[in-house]
Amino acid sequence: MSLLSLSRLSVTRRRRPVLRDVSLDVAAGEFVGLIGPNGAGKSTLMEAALGLIPCEGRSSLADLSAAERARHAAYLPQSREIAWPVSVEVLIALGRIPWPGASNAQDRAAVDAAISRMGLEPFRHRTANRLSGGEQARGLIARVLAQETPLLIADEPIAGLDPAHQLSCLSLLRDLATEGRGVLVSVHDLGMAARFCSRLVLLSGGAVLADGTPDEVLSDDNLARGFGIRVQRIETPEGTAIVPAAPL
Amino acid sequence: MRGCVRISDAIRGAAAVLVAAAMPAFADGSPTPSGEPAPRRVVSMNLCLDQIAMRLAAPGQLLSVSALTADPDMSPLADRTAPYRLNHGRAEEIYLMRPDLVIAGSWISPATLSMMRNLGIRVEVLPPADSLEAIGEQIDRIGDMLGREDQAQWLRRDFESRLAALRQPPERGEAAIYYANGYTSGGKTLAGAILRAAGYDNIATEYGIDDTRVLPLEKLVMADPDRVVSGSHMPGRSQGEAIMAHPALIAVAPDARAETDRDWVCGTPDVLDAIAGLE
Amino acid sequence: MRLIAALSLLVALLFLVSLSLGPAEVGSLRGLQALLFGGDGPLPIVMREIRLPRAILGLLIGGGLGLAGAALQGYLRNPLAEPQLIGVSGMGALGAVIAIQTGLSTAFALGLPLAALAGAALGVAALMALAGPRGGSVTLILAGVAIASLAGAGIALVLNLSPNPYAAAEIMFWLMGSLADRSMSHVWLALPLMVLGSALVLATGRALDALTLGEQAAAALGVSPARLRWQLVAGVALIVGPATAVAGAIGFVGLVVPHILRPWVGARPSRLLPASALGGAAMLLAADIAVRLIVPERDLKLGVLTAIVGAPLFLHLIWKTRAGGRL
Repeated sequence: MSLLSLSRLSVTRRRRPVLRDVSLDVAAGEFVGLIGPNGAGKSTLMEAALGLIPCEGRSSLADLSAAERARHAAYLPQSREIAWPVSVEVLIALGRIPWPGASNAQDRAAVDAAISRMGLEPFRHRTANRLSGGEQARGLIARVLAQETPLLIADEPIAGLDPAHQLSCLSLLRDLATEGRGVLVSVHDLGMAARFCSRLVLLSGGAVLADGTPDEVLSDDNLARGFGIRVQRIETPEGTAIVPAAPL
Repeated sequence: MRGCVRISDAIRGAAAVLVAAAMPAFADGSPTPSGEPAPRRVVSMNLCLDQIAMRLAAPGQLLSVSALTADPDMSPLADRTAPYRLNHGRAEEIYLMRPDLVIAGSWISPATLSMMRNLGIRVEVLPPADSLEAIGEQIDRIGDMLGREDQAQWLRRDFESRLAALRQPPERGEAAIYYANGYTSGGKTLAGAILRAAGYDNIATEYGIDDTRVLPLEKLVMADPDRVVSGSHMPGRSQGEAIMAHPALIAVAPDARAETDRDWVCGTPDVLDAIAGLE
Repeated sequence: MRLIAALSLLVALLFLVSLSLGPAEVGSLRGLQALLFGGDGPLPIVMREIRLPRAILGLLIGGGLGLAGAALQGYLRNPLAEPQLIGVSGMGALGAVIAIQTGLSTAFALGLPLAALAGAALGVAALMALAGPRGGSVTLILAGVAIASLAGAGIALVLNLSPNPYAAAEIMFWLMGSLADRSMSHVWLALPLMVLGSALVLATGRALDALTLGEQAAAALGVSPARLRWQLVAGVALIVGPATAVAGAIGFVGLVVPHILRPWVGARPSRLLPASALGGAAMLLAADIAVRLIVPERDLKLGVLTAIVGAPLFLHLIWKTRAGGRL
C-alpha cells in the first residue's frame, strides 16, 4: 500500500530549479533513505511532499486537508527547535494536536507508548530544552511517534547524535517500518544508510539519480556522479562500511 | 473741481495720520509722574496688558500687541487689533520695532526678558490682576507708564462704579469651576472673584483651595454644587478637555451649566460681562 | 485550574479595592451599596460614573495587554515581545491621536477605537514583516525600537500641530497611559472590540503550542501559518488599539505577566493565554491602585509604575538572551 506518492514534483526558488520532476513512492513497510550531497534537494523534497512549500507536480499528501495530512504523515524537521521550557511529557503531547477528537485516555495512551518506546520514562517530567542533545532528539522523535501516523518523514534524524544514539534511532525507525509504517528519512552517513534502509534514493542537483536497494544505489558509478567521490568498501561482520577515499 | 478737493482732503487726511504716527501722539507731551517723557513707541506683549493698553494709549502710541489678543476665543478686543502689529513674544521682532517701552506680563520667558534688556530696551514687567481690586490698580499703573493718567482715571472710575452696582448680589448657592485636566480655581483667583461677585460660594474653598489647582472629579461631584462653570473649549481637540464632558460632571447640575469665555481670561473691565453672564 | 481560580480571586479582590479607593473618602460598604442600589445624592454618580469605569477599564485593558503579550510571545517564540516595547501600542496611540485631531472621533462614535485599531494593526503587521517568527531577538528589539520611535515622533508631531493649547501636553498621556477620569462611554468604546480580539487570540492556543516546535513542524501538525498570522494581527490589533485609544500606551504588562506565569502553566503557550489575561488584569488594577495611593492628588501615569517594575525584568531577559541561556 502506497503511503506517499509523488509524481513529477518540481520546485523553483528565485527562478532556480531546486527540484526537478521527482517521482517517488513510499509503501507501508518501507524504510526509504534519501541521500545526496548538500543542496541536492533532500529537505526541499520533504517539504514539497508535505505541501509546506509551493511546488508543481503532484503529491498524494497535497490532496488532503491540513488536518487530515497531519493525521497521515508526521514530520521531524531538521531544526530541533523547542521554544519554551516545556516538560518532556508536554513536548510529546504536542504530537496529539492533529487529534482534537481523541479522548484524554487515547491521548494519554499514545504519549505513554511514545515515552516508553523511546526510553524517556526517567525524563518524563524534566524540562525538554535543558536535556542533552541526544535526549532532546529522542524526545522530538517521541513527539512524532505520538502523532500515530502511518507515514513518518524525518529530515536528518541522526545529525548531531553520538554513535550510540545514531544506532538506536535508526534501528527504531527500521522497527517502525517493519511494523508496517512507511518511513522516509534523509541521511548523510552512507554506511548507516546502507545498513538500515530497505531502499535508497540518490538525489543530485534536484533530480533522482538512482532509486533502488542500497547495493544498487551505492555503486561506484553512482557515488562518483552523485557525490564526486571515490569510496573504499570494507567488509565487516555488521555489513559493508563505506569510507570516502578521495574526491575525484 | 470737486474731485480735486476730495483728493486734497484725502492727502491732508493721510498727512495728518502720518504726522500723528511720527509725532508725540498726546497733545501736551507731558512727562510721566516719574519725570521721564511719555513713551512714543510702546509694545505690549501680554494678552491681558494689551487689552488695558489698547483702551488707554493715545492714537499711534501703541505699536504692537500680542497675537493672542487678535484671537476672538481669548480676547474681547480681538476685532479692534487691526491698527496694531501682532507680536509673538520674540525678542527679535520686538527689537526691530524700535520700542521705547515694552510692557510684559510676569510669565515672560527670562531669556527673552534679559535679551531685550541687554539690547537697551526698557521693559516693564507687570503681575497679572488676579482680583477685582487689582484691576483698578493695573489700569492706573499702565496709565502712568503711558503718560495717560486721565484716561486711566476715567476708565477706572467707570469700572469701579459699574462694579459697585453689582455688589451685594443675592446668594445663589454653590458653584464649581472646572477646567481642562481637572483644574479648579479658588477664592484668590480672578475666576474665583468673578464667581463670588456673581453671588456663588465656591466649592474649592470648602476643600481649602484658594489658587488654581487640580481638584479630583470625585471630590467635585461629592460637593454636589448647584452650578458648574466649565472651562471654554479651545479650537482643536485634546484629551485634557474631555473631562469637562465627563458624564459624572454633567450629572451634577445638568440644567445649570456655564462655560467660561474670553471675558474670564483677563483682569480687565470686561470681567463685568463675565459676572453678568452668570446671573 | 487552581492557578486560574487563584488569579480570578485576586482580580476580584483588586477590583473591589479599586472601587473603594478614591479622593472622596466614603466607606467601602457605603460605596458598594450606592454602586449596586443607587440612592440619593452624589455618591451613586461617583461610584457608577467615575470609579466603576476606572475599575472596569483596569480589568479590561490589563487583561487585554497580558493576553496580547502572551500571544505575541508565543507567535514570535520570544519572551521579549510586548505590545508597547515593539511599538504596537505606540502605533495605536498614533492612530487615536490622528482620529482625535482630525475630528474623526467626533464625526462618528467608533472613529477613535477604529483608528487606533488601524494603527496597531499597521504596527503589528510591520513588526511581523520585519522580525517574523524566524527573526531573532535582536531583530525583534531593533524593529520594535524603530516602530516605537516612529510612532512617538508621529504623536508628538500631530499634537504639536494641533491648535489646541492642551494637546501638546498630552504626549505624556499617550506614551505612558492613565485610567484617571475615564467614563463609561470609554468602556463601551473599547469593550466590544476588545472582547472580539480576545476571542480571536484565545482561539490560537493550539496553534501556538504547535509553534513551540518551530514553524515547519507546526505547519506539518496542521497549523495554517497564514491563517494564524491573520488571526494574531487582527486579534492583537483589536485588543491593543482600543485599549490604547482610551488609556494611552501602557507598557510592560504584556512582558512581566507572561514571564511570571510561564513556569506555573508548564510553559505551554495555550495555557499561558488565559492565565496571562487574568494576571494582566491583576497587575494593571494593582498599578492603578498604587498610583492613587502614592500621589492621590496627581495623575501619576500608569506606565511609570509598570515600567519601574518591567524595565529591570526586560534588562534581565536581554542579559539572559545575550548569555545564550534558555528562558
